[in-house]
Amino acid sequence: MIPILFIVSILIFFFTHLIPGDPARLVAGKDATLEEVNIIRAELGLDKPIWDQYITYMSNLFQGDLGTSLKTGLPVSEMFADRFMPSIYLTFMSMGWALVLGLLIGTLSAVFKNKWPDYLGMVTAVSGISMPGFWLGLILIQIFSVQLGWFPTGGAESWKSYILPSLTLGAGIMSMLARFTRSSLLETLRADFIRTGRAKGLKESVVIPKHALRNSLIPVVTIAGLQFGFLLGGSVVVETVFSFPGMGRLLIDSIAFRDYPVIQAELLLFSIEFILVNLIVDIMYSMLNPKIRYVS
Amino acid sequence: MEIIKEVNAYTPVIPKKKYSPVKEFFKNWKKQKMAFGASIFILLLIIIAIIGPYIAPYDPYEPDYNTTLQGPSNEHWAGTDEYGRDIFSRLLVGARISLGVSFLAVFLGAAGGILLGLMSGYFGGWLDRLIMRGSDVMFAFPDLLLAIAIVAILGPGLTNVVIAVSVFSIPSFARLVRGSTLEGKETVFVEAAKSMGASHRRIMFKHIFPETLGSLIVFITMRIGTAILAASSLSFLGLGASPETPDWGAMLSLGRDYLGTASHVVMMPGLAIFLTVLAFNLVGDGLRDVLDPKTKNE
Repeated sequence: MIPILFIVSILIFFFTHLIPGDPARLVAGKDATLEEVNIIRAELGLDKPIWDQYITYMSNLFQGDLGTSLKTGLPVSEMFADRFMPSIYLTFMSMGWALVLGLLIGTLSAVFKNKWPDYLGMVTAVSGISMPGFWLGLILIQIFSVQLGWFPTGGAESWKSYILPSLTLGAGIMSMLARFTRSSLLETLRADFIRTGRAKGLKESVVIPKHALRNSLIPVVTIAGLQFGFLLGGSVVVETVFSFPGMGRLLIDSIAFRDYPVIQAELLLFSIEFILVNLIVDIMYSMLNPKIRYVS
Repeated sequence: MEIIKEVNAYTPVIPKKKYSPVKEFFKNWKKQKMAFGASIFILLLIIIAIIGPYIAPYDPYEPDYNTTLQGPSNEHWAGTDEYGRDIFSRLLVGARISLGVSFLAVFLGAAGGILLGLMSGYFGGWLDRLIMRGSDVMFAFPDLLLAIAIVAILGPGLTNVVIAVSVFSIPSFARLVRGSTLEGKETVFVEAAKSMGASHRRIMFKHIFPETLGSLIVFITMRIGTAILAASSLSFLGLGASPETPDWGAMLSLGRDYLGTASHVVMMPGLAIFLTVLAFNLVGDGLRDVLDPKTKNE
């Protein structure tokens, strides 16, 4: 994981420096003289060789200094402080919806295979995967904010502001989890130990959740973890739709201004989050599947 | 002599009809009703993408300030936008952009991924490690985020969207093809080809690659849906097509401000994206069941 993060940090650093436009000129303003621009370039350390800049950047990073925004002049860490937690809440709430609804729809579809709950569940699932997040978000705003007035159209002032964005963000993963839960559960329901359970007179209400669902969760957890990245990417779009003051929207705003210290810090943070989640998924996978634990 | 006669007596009669994998495929394909319907829809879309600009009832770029933000009617089937342009005509012309961008992006991504995957799986060793670590690094970025980062570096525009979407598709294709290549490498027919002195290139492309085609076709179909979503997301964020282009994502982005007063401006392009992606996903599902049944339950 560490070598990958190291390479990722190099790539992000070098590629963000390829973003067209002169950052020193951006800070100095259009009317600044060449001399003023050169002074600012020296202040920002942009006159040094790129390797030098990378080493300075990394040593600052380890001391918690993510750089200074070219647009606001504020430390990037300070800008992240207000936006990080709302985005984290949004991501976890979306994953929460996705897991609860995905497992529920998937289980109902498998239990009522080839009956109307199955058809309804799978139509919902395939639609959820195919629906563009920004469109779903706008539809939800139109119905629940504009027409019914139940939820605010944007912002992150109260818990109500999180409902629509998290539903929008979680829809894709919910659909994917529903499909995987269904196919995984159907396979488990054919297993011998389920037949044994039923033969010894266990109720379906025990067989399904305790015996079958638990054993079907392994692929579902893996998919949920892998899809976490989808949430990080999707959050950029959803936060823009709902004018949500989170990390995703900050990224888009920073790209528009070519605020590369913010862009590179954000990309690095996103990839660390993504790699960490994949690590947690690996650990959870071995916890859920004793076979892997014993082997290792 | 007696024994041979007896064996011949029990030899089953081979039907004269020749086995055709294509016929077999279509026979199974028709049984997949949803996927079959979706494939016809895609075929129609492809035709629209080709002839769209010639059959559009109005000029998709020409503003008409007397008919701004009108709802769907007999004159304008999908209504008009804030400049009075006919949305239906823009959707027809936009089909070429949306499908073209995603087809091209997936094609380039697949070509790069197949080549890297074949080399990685076939040669193994340091090349395999290098390619796989490279794809690990790319997998460290979520798909859409990687595309956003690439467009941020290259600048907005449809060409850069194609590059961004194809780059994020490469590692997934490389992984898929590498897996099949590792399996294919161990088969008897590859061993036979090797012993006859076939070149590496011939073994890779003539013997191993055809074996991966089934799962590749399924994956490509699914990826086209993903690519349409990614490209339209980029346009929606203002990183893709320029606002006046009749790209479905850009149309939706422009229409956002009129959601409360003229929701059709948002609904129509959104519906076009949704139905197209849905069709590709349904066809992908159907193809998987027909071509790649072993992964059906994965």
